[in-house]
Amino acid sequence: MKLLSRKATCNSHGQDSSYFLGWQEYEKNPYDVVQNPSGIIQMGLAENQLSFDLLESWLANNPDPAIFKRDGQSIFRELALFQDYHGLPAFKNALVEFMAEIRGNRVSFDPKKLVLTAGATSANETLMFCLAEPGEAFLLPTPYYPGFDRDLKWRTGVEIVPIHCSSTNSFRVTESALEEAYEAAKKRNLKVKGVLVTNPSNPLGTTLSLDELNLLVSFISLKNIHLISDEIYSGTVFSSPEFVSVMEILNKKKYSADVELWNRVHIVYSLSKDLGLPGFRVGAIYSNDEMVVSAATKMSSFGLVSSQTQYLLSAMLSDKKFTRNYISENQKRLKQRQEKLISGFRSAGISCLESNAGLFCWVDMRHLLSSNTFDAEMELWKKIVYDVGLNISPGSSCHCSEPGWFRVCFANMSAETLTLAIQRIKDFAELTVASSSRRSHQSMKNSRRRSLTKWVFRLSFDGREPDERIQLQIISY
Amino acid sequence: MTMMNTTGSGNHHHGLLSKIATNDEHGENSLYFHGWKAYDDNPFHLTQNPNGVIQMGLAENQLSSDLIEDWMKKNQRASICTTEGVHMFKEIANFQDYHGLPEFRNAVAKFMGKARGGRAEFDPERIVMGGGATGANELLMFCLADPGDAFLVPSPYYPAFDRDLRWRTGVKLLPVECKSSDSFRITREALEEAYEKASESNIRVKGLIIGNPSNPLGTIMDRNTLKSLVSFVNDKNIHFVCDEIYAATVFKQPEFISVSEIIQEMDCNLDLIHVVYSLSKDMGMPGFRVGIVYSYNDKVVTSARKMSSFGLVSSQTQHLLASMLSDDEFVERFICESSRRLEKRHRIFTEGLKEVEIKCLEGNAGLFCWMDLRPLLKEATFEAETELWKLIINQVKLNVSPGSSFHCSEPGWFRVCFANMDDETVQVALQRIRTFVNEKKGTGKAAPEKKKKQWQKNLRLSFSSGRIYEDGCLSPHVLSPHSSMLRAQT
Repeated sequence: MKLLSRKATCNSHGQDSSYFLGWQEYEKNPYDVVQNPSGIIQMGLAENQLSFDLLESWLANNPDPAIFKRDGQSIFRELALFQDYHGLPAFKNALVEFMAEIRGNRVSFDPKKLVLTAGATSANETLMFCLAEPGEAFLLPTPYYPGFDRDLKWRTGVEIVPIHCSSTNSFRVTESALEEAYEAAKKRNLKVKGVLVTNPSNPLGTTLSLDELNLLVSFISLKNIHLISDEIYSGTVFSSPEFVSVMEILNKKKYSADVELWNRVHIVYSLSKDLGLPGFRVGAIYSNDEMVVSAATKMSSFGLVSSQTQYLLSAMLSDKKFTRNYISENQKRLKQRQEKLISGFRSAGISCLESNAGLFCWVDMRHLLSSNTFDAEMELWKKIVYDVGLNISPGSSCHCSEPGWFRVCFANMSAETLTLAIQRIKDFAELTVASSSRRSHQSMKNSRRRSLTKWVFRLSFDGREPDERIQLQIISY
Repeated sequence: MTMMNTTGSGNHHHGLLSKIATNDEHGENSLYFHGWKAYDDNPFHLTQNPNGVIQMGLAENQLSSDLIEDWMKKNQRASICTTEGVHMFKEIANFQDYHGLPEFRNAVAKFMGKARGGRAEFDPERIVMGGGATGANELLMFCLADPGDAFLVPSPYYPAFDRDLRWRTGVKLLPVECKSSDSFRITREALEEAYEKASESNIRVKGLIIGNPSNPLGTIMDRNTLKSLVSFVNDKNIHFVCDEIYAATVFKQPEFISVSEIIQEMDCNLDLIHVVYSLSKDMGMPGFRVGIVYSYNDKVVTSARKMSSFGLVSSQTQHLLASMLSDDEFVERFICESSRRLEKRHRIFTEGLKEVEIKCLEGNAGLFCWMDLRPLLKEATFEAETELWKLIINQVKLNVSPGSSFHCSEPGWFRVCFANMDDETVQVALQRIRTFVNEKKGTGKAAPEKKKKQWQKNLRLSFSSGRIYEDGCLSPHVLSPHSSMLRAQT
């Protein structure tokens, strides 16, 4: 009898993919301006490190608001004992107001419909447990966050069926792509329970357009399925168009009385990106469906937010002056940083998808490929990791259907480091263009996603045993 | 079971949600929660509501929080919110590595060793985080068993195992009956019988899970029994999960013996051995959600670590505890003093019960007593037990937990928690019990009231005036009590 479960011995956690090679290499040789200036620069990590000073100065002005000072009494004991899965009321109130503020107060949220979870990782998994049986499916537009393969599928047994988006229309979701995905699921005998979108998108860095939002809502309305909108990056929208939450679409006259539809739209949120606090494990599910809220609340027992953290953040987020300033200043800095990356890459002859949000750019390196294949993408990627010294994320790891796209993060390093990264890519691009013009072009192949997967597994078993110590967990990419 | 009010037609709605979301396997709709509702509707407060229901169904350790508070006052740098500690804020807030902060793992490993009197050592590399022991237990099931597989568990057992081990995992629980005639000790015969029965029903048994010290019994497992369990799992090549969440609550002899000690003394396939731990009981910090999976099986450590992404400990909390638990002097003093206070409280309570001839199972650990109320039952049935229990809640106004909720096979036993209240409240509870028992015995008069002393105020510094029952069903949040609700700030 096999000793461990199937889940423990399978690969569904997705962490054996060759994608992690980049991480491994970074860990072995991390860039440090003083100690290792020729090391690999980490650009595969979607962290927001630009605004810690704002948080630190708030703390300096509000020293230890928690543990010891409320009406002169110590509340440590109450906090240490507080494990109610309904969450700290003060925290939930502050959190829903923060969420509303990010949406320009065009929507408001009811704290009673909010369920706290251990990060968005847990929120997404919990929603799967609530909405689908093992073997059922959710449709996701590609490219998508690699972590979804683990979060949505691993322990739940739910399947992901991709909605293929293409560069020809800037990767926007189309009606035909949706229908195609739905049919593809049917052909695989998979019952589709819903659509999950990330808005703003990881890895694209774009917000869903009004057209797309309307399309999605009418699609799920027609098919009588769920829509999950992972809005974890909603606070990182730094230029127009403004962020439009799916909840705003529901507010429209057409849908406002359709209670059943409302019950099928759920939002996932977290403070990991907007506030740059991934370590604190603060996630949330927002649903209008009582039963979902009830079930998810019970399930949150498996991953509650530390009461210590809830308390700190309730104080911080209740400070409206602080949140207003933080949101706007943070967005300004992100915009600046993105513009720097975009112009830097442009001067290297590399263009990025036009974006207005997120902590990364979706970079077009198709012209640097030796052929229009995922093999060539991997080849290029390895060069960039090993030779150029930048750990960026290949589009294939995000299930992109076209080779040559890469996600490059810009908010997890200093401005100087970004300058250096841009210089490195410029040098590399110049070299590559020069050498490829001396070669004849190979014929373009349409390589199927499946052949990539085989290839990827071959690579990962290529004598390299993933060293657990070196592989950082991938909570965020 | 009442169906909840749903929008749209029930069937239609159900089809849209998963079975897990709509079934009862979370266990929170059981009748058992009546007691909680009674408490929530009318919570005791020494001055504000002296006739309210006293909460004795909550296994919390509130006796030694002052020691921790003191430590925190003296060690402001351990908090990233203080002037002394804020320089670490960025690094900590950004840290989400599922390996956990190295200093946290080191400190927890050390603490676990100290809680076992140094008789076992723990390797920080094997420490995996879980969302409280709740998350840790579920995580282990996901790693060790497939849906449909089963784990044996000695009864009576912690009610929430039904949810934690089964709900989303699809794993079955097969109780192995322990009898009062054996002082509720598990026997090899009972295990073998349960195993055989499962095999006959084509149920694949993947392991055995025990709580040691036991909830609800308040006892520790003796060396011989533990050894026989280790040999049992080795014989059958199944897993052995030891939930040692109450390890440091052992307050008198005999000393606690962890499975980690036993495996040093006998031949054992280490790949079968796993420990679940938490700081919720030993340190009285359930709010901080510190659960630990400690496996001697390398593959399980690897897999569990990846799964821990679903319930990591907040880095803010890891940082605080790394500091606290590496303070050797503090830890040793805390463990010692906490035991002392638990012993005293246990003694006061059990002696108070003895005065009215109520016996408890002889226990030396935990935050509760396993009280024998069989003499007070009308008849030896669970109906009578439920009747008695309702009486105790409604008339005596004590929320105690009936043995049936722990899947006890014999009616008449009740778990009573004693560590979640102050000294004065204990006296009130004992007084009420005395009065009740004497009335039942027909003496008709209440026992003379003991002189009340001016103790420190009730532990509940504040509580909300309203209850929050969002989900509209009867189930209170026993598995996640809101007993110390903080008033919502504006």
